[in-house]
Amino acid sequence: MSLKDKAAIVGIGETDYVRGAGRTEVDQMVEAARKAIADAGLTRDDIDGLMPPPVLTYTEELAAKLGIQELKWASVVAMGGATSTAMLQNAAMAVASGIAKNVVVVLGWNGYSALRPKPGVPPGRINGPFAFENILQDFYAPFGVTLPVQFYGWLATRHEYVYGDQTEAKAAIAMAFRSNAQLNPKAITRGRPLSLEEYMSSRVISSPFRLYDCCVETDGACALVITSAERAKDMPHRPVYISGVAEGHPYPADDIPSREDMLKVGIHSAAPRAFEMADIKVTDADFIQIYDCFTNIVVMQMEALGLCEPGGVADFVKDGALEVGGKCPINTHGGLHSQAHVWGMNHLIEATKQLRGDAGEAQVKNAEVGIITGWGDLGDGSVAVLRR
Amino acid sequence: MSEELAVEPKPLPKPGDPLHQQYWAFCNEERLCFQKCTGCGLWRHVPRDMCAKCWSTDWEWVESSGKGKLYTWTVVERPMHPAFFPDVPYASIIVELEEGVRMVSMMRDLPMDELKVDLPVEVLFERASDTVVLPYFRPVQK
Repeated sequence: MSLKDKAAIVGIGETDYVRGAGRTEVDQMVEAARKAIADAGLTRDDIDGLMPPPVLTYTEELAAKLGIQELKWASVVAMGGATSTAMLQNAAMAVASGIAKNVVVVLGWNGYSALRPKPGVPPGRINGPFAFENILQDFYAPFGVTLPVQFYGWLATRHEYVYGDQTEAKAAIAMAFRSNAQLNPKAITRGRPLSLEEYMSSRVISSPFRLYDCCVETDGACALVITSAERAKDMPHRPVYISGVAEGHPYPADDIPSREDMLKVGIHSAAPRAFEMADIKVTDADFIQIYDCFTNIVVMQMEALGLCEPGGVADFVKDGALEVGGKCPINTHGGLHSQAHVWGMNHLIEATKQLRGDAGEAQVKNAEVGIITGWGDLGDGSVAVLRR
Repeated sequence: MSEELAVEPKPLPKPGDPLHQQYWAFCNEERLCFQKCTGCGLWRHVPRDMCAKCWSTDWEWVESSGKGKLYTWTVVERPMHPAFFPDVPYASIIVELEEGVRMVSMMRDLPMDELKVDLPVEVLFERASDTVVLPYFRPVQK
């Protein structure tokens, strides 16, 4: 059995994306979930499946706070930033098999407030270890590596060694996402376009990443409601079908240095499987939302998706190709780079809006097929093909 | 700013896994040792209970020459962890040892603009606490 078009996104909900929410992660998750359930024309009594985010809350708590009394199925995907898109695969399996009817998929955090303590802001809460915590703690952190910007820096340096300097590609990516964000009312950087001069003069955070190679830090939450294709037909909004979906993992996934080919990441194996399931080529997409934690990571994913040969991104992105109206619009909402960082769940929200025809100023004309990627932990990947 | 925030000590290994403990116990004796599978002869790092290639659960700890080549790096200018603020810029590196294993370390005795792939490096031990010695790397001394 293939999952192709067996499930659909029928509800979306999101909080404001802010710097300083002044409330807990879970409070924001509850708001997003309530909005998504209402958007689907459902009540909480219709919800029998739940996918909470990893680490930030747990099933029992989120179900209790939402008042979901008859929970039949719950599952947690722990793939860092690849979680959101990978969750689509699990949710689709649950509704396609009939184990659950309507699944709420939730992601939210205080990515701005909780990562560095700030006065008057509730501290962040970690309920469990992340996937590679013991290896990070015992073998990376003693050498000053505690964050993605640092361990992805290893990948990016090696990629630039093999395929050449990516400055031109990275600048174009950063400016395109910032440009797209100017069309998005919820983007944290709206009103602040980015010039080449600003990009080039921004300080280095961890080489080869400059400040404007990095995503923004925000507080916020997003949620989706996923149901079967049959039920989706009778819902208030045009269904957005999960046409192809896959996850992929580098090997070994819990340690970067010991990989035979450090530049082979999860997307390399996920993308062909997702495209095969959906029966599309990457060029069939009307837009792509790429998990853009850092520009070099976007470069690596564009190559892994097959948009161009490795090293070819600088040519591909010329002439505003990635902007709304360009030949290959990417991150039409501004992405993690310029809209907000909600672990890529905001990519899925934007993709759904595009395919409903509700993307406002950023609407891609006649958008029928969209590709969404997730990237997380030490290079885990997920890819979804959505269609209307 | 760094003085005000640098109240938290640098993160040191806190091995719960017995194999991690053994690795760091060797470092404390200024020996860089890795597991070598006695089934298929493969060297491995990070430490694991079983050879993921041949599934042998037999291994021996073997001391590395401590020499290798620089594989990749990142130069950290803005660490989030306050304990590393006084060290910037520092190069977090991945070294490929002669035995074939790769490991994370930090570069010593080299200006940041002289980092290059395949640079020959050698281990250099520095004591970080009463119980922890960290293996750093420096350019091979001529």
